[in-house]
Amino acid sequence: MAGKRVDVARLLSELRNKYGDTVKVEDVAKVMGTLLASNTGELAGASRKIYTELEALNRYIQSAKAEISALRPDEVTDEFLPTATGELDAIVAATAEATNAIMDATEVIEGVADSLEGAQQDSLMDATTNIYEACGFQDITGQRITKVVNTLKDIEDKVDALVTAFGDKMDKVENKAAKESQAPAAPEKLSDADLLEGPQRNGEGISQDEIDRLLAEFD
Amino acid sequence: MAVDKKMKVLIVDDYRTMLRILRNLLRQLDFRNVEEATDGTEALQKLREGGYGLIISDWNMEPMTGIQLLRHVRGDEKMKRIPFIMVTAESKPENVVAAKQAGVSNYIVKPFNAETLRGKMASVLGEF
Repeated sequence: MAGKRVDVARLLSELRNKYGDTVKVEDVAKVMGTLLASNTGELAGASRKIYTELEALNRYIQSAKAEISALRPDEVTDEFLPTATGELDAIVAATAEATNAIMDATEVIEGVADSLEGAQQDSLMDATTNIYEACGFQDITGQRITKVVNTLKDIEDKVDALVTAFGDKMDKVENKAAKESQAPAAPEKLSDADLLEGPQRNGEGISQDEIDRLLAEFD
Repeated sequence: MAVDKKMKVLIVDDYRTMLRILRNLLRQLDFRNVEEATDGTEALQKLREGGYGLIISDWNMEPMTGIQLLRHVRGDEKMKRIPFIMVTAESKPENVVAAKQAGVSNYIVKPFNAETLRGKMASVLGEF
C-alpha cells in the first residue's frame, strides 16, 4: 500500500521560511522520517537504495543525538569546567600567598644583614638575592595556569556549540562558524594579540643569550 | 658619567609579587627611589608626573600592555628618551623584534636573575 503523499517543495519552503538556510539537525531528521514514511511501497531499484541510505542516516543522527545527550555535556560546562577553573585559580592564590610569606621572612633576614659587616653580610645578601630570584616562579606558574584556564574556557565554548547544534540555538552556531570561515587564516602582520602567548615551553622560545644576539643585530 | 642611583625608577607588572621581587632586587642594587604601576595606563599616569630615569615593564598586562606603553612613551616628546627595559615571559623572536621596532632599550626574559637585571640596567644607564 502506498504511503501518504507529501509535498516536498512545500515542506522545504516551510523550513526555509522558519529557519532561513540553516536547519536544526533534528528537523532534518524529521523531514527524512516523513519522506521515508510517505514513500513506502512506491519505490524500486535505485530510488529504494537511496531511501535505504537516507533511513540509515536518519538512524545515525538519532543515535548520535542520544549518545551526546547521554554524555551530559551540560554537566561538563556547568560543573566540571568551572570546578577545574576554580581549583586552578586557588593554586595561583595559594602560591602568591606562600611567595609573599617567603619574601616577608627574607626581608627580615635582609634587615639583619644590613647590621652585619664583611663576609657575613655578603653571604646573607647573596642568599636573600637568590631567594628573591627564585620567587619569580610564582609569576611564571601564574601565567602558565592562566593559559590553562583560557584553554578550559575554549573547551567550554566548543562543548556549548555542540550542545547548541542539537538544541534550539542552531542559528548562533552557524553564525559563529560563518564568521570564523571569513576570518583570515594567517594574518601577514602580527597583531598585539598574536604576540601574547608566553610563557613559551622549552624549545618554543629563545634564551636570554639568543635575545641579546637578536637585539645586537639592530645596532 | 656616574649613574645616579637616586633616579626615579618605574616598575610595571600586573603581578604584585613580581613588583615586590623587582623592588627588592633594585634595593639590593641601591636603587631605592622606585614607583610601581600594575598596567600601562597607570604607568602613563605616573610618567606624566615627570622625573623618571628608567622604566622596567612587563609585557602581558591589561588593559594596556607593555608594548602599548612603550609605543606611548616613544611617541611622547617628554618621555621618549627614558630608557625602557621589557621584562617578560614572552620569549619568541617575533616578540623581541616587535619590541625593538617599538624602541625598547633592552629585553629580559623571565625567569631572570639579579645579575641579568644589573647587566641590562648597566647597558642602558652606564656601568654602576
